[in-house]
Amino acid sequence: MAERLEAKHKGGTLLSRKVEIGENADPVEACFERGWTDGLPVTPPTDERVLRMLSGTRRKPIELVGRIPPYLSECTVEKVAINAVLAGCKPEYMPVLLAALEAALEPVFTLHGVLATTYFSSPVVIVNGPIAKKIGMNAGLNALGQGNRANATIGRALNLIVRNVGGGRPGEADRATLGAPSKFTLCFAEDESDPAWEPLSVARGFAPGASTVTLFQGHGVEAFVDQKTRTPEGLSRSFGLSLVKLGHPRLVQSARAVVVLSPEHYRIYREAGWGRREIERALYEATIRPGSEILAGLDGIGEGVPQARAAEQVPKFHEDGLMVVRAGGQAGLFSAILPGWLAGRNRLELQPVTKEVRE
Amino acid sequence: MSWLRDPTAETSAIKRPRVKPPATLEGLTIGLFEIGKTRSDEFLDQVEKRLAERGLKTKRYAKPTNAKVAPTDVMQRVATEADAVIIGLSD
Repeated sequence: MAERLEAKHKGGTLLSRKVEIGENADPVEACFERGWTDGLPVTPPTDERVLRMLSGTRRKPIELVGRIPPYLSECTVEKVAINAVLAGCKPEYMPVLLAALEAALEPVFTLHGVLATTYFSSPVVIVNGPIAKKIGMNAGLNALGQGNRANATIGRALNLIVRNVGGGRPGEADRATLGAPSKFTLCFAEDESDPAWEPLSVARGFAPGASTVTLFQGHGVEAFVDQKTRTPEGLSRSFGLSLVKLGHPRLVQSARAVVVLSPEHYRIYREAGWGRREIERALYEATIRPGSEILAGLDGIGEGVPQARAAEQVPKFHEDGLMVVRAGGQAGLFSAILPGWLAGRNRLELQPVTKEVRE
Repeated sequence: MSWLRDPTAETSAIKRPRVKPPATLEGLTIGLFEIGKTRSDEFLDQVEKRLAERGLKTKRYAKPTNAKVAPTDVMQRVATEADAVIIGLSD
């Protein structure tokens, strides 16, 4: 009742256009008919819900967050809140969503290209710091899967903003040949339960204890299985065999990747005293192969490196091309690989972006 | 009657008529626009050669990278200097 009264009195402060729907119309169907959804039902954005969502941030509804590609439309905090309602967010997710959107709008994230590409990519959202626990994000069992409201809806809201505010729709500016289920949402938190582990946020220059959102241009999920290796050196080489296959085994220095390291795989590294730096270095080195083995034209396969690189030792990635993130349930010698956007030749102007969450 | 709040940018697309293709290319400057995809330069080299064989005037333009939209100054140069443009859109 209190919310209904608030909407009656404060509804007038909202500036977004009112869209009338018939008295007997189903509001969920009305949202579908207006093209506001990603194909799944959305929560209809009533004044009550939008006002409640705005209570999750101290920022003013009228504040401009940025211009959303492809059509570079202005996006206010109020528009973010409306799309957060559609996605099913709770008000306390707003600071994370706003930070994710700010990260996506950094020029070096290249959101327009990520949307328009024929490749599989979309923003992958990785959350660090106390905010993740505070809003109940999942970094454990099934962290990359369904079932957790914050994981599911923050990623979804970001993609809905691109669709609804930016105008980026499949078949229009979104030219993905096949797309990927991760274009609905791929958002999770890093497992920071081990004090020996350097969180992704710290590796990317933020103070320990800061809450951050890191955005990566990628898709999910490639499985990595190794249930037999027990040494860090062997496990890294084993990862290397899977990493070199991304996209195509002969495609090199074309994309980044995120390795989501499960607790059981991590234990092998930890017991040997390895941390983030050692693991990322070893994985990079494990993907270096003689150019002669991956030449274009070998076995009648067109893909590959040119003859001129035959004598080179060729790495799969650039040196900054791998990010390791810890997540997952306690059981299972499986990890996951999230392949990045195939735009490696532009890697300096195309990078993951991390932003601090402002509460 | 009930209402919802509009989640879109509230902009309606304005449809503009397309510019009519020129009746002839004689005497026009044809822009050859490279979008930064692999081997687009080779493709445009061939196109340029063919057009030159027909005595037509061409001018080359390029985006710094295919991952981003063309910078405004490049778009403005194309718009002011070229009468028609050929863009190679794929690898």
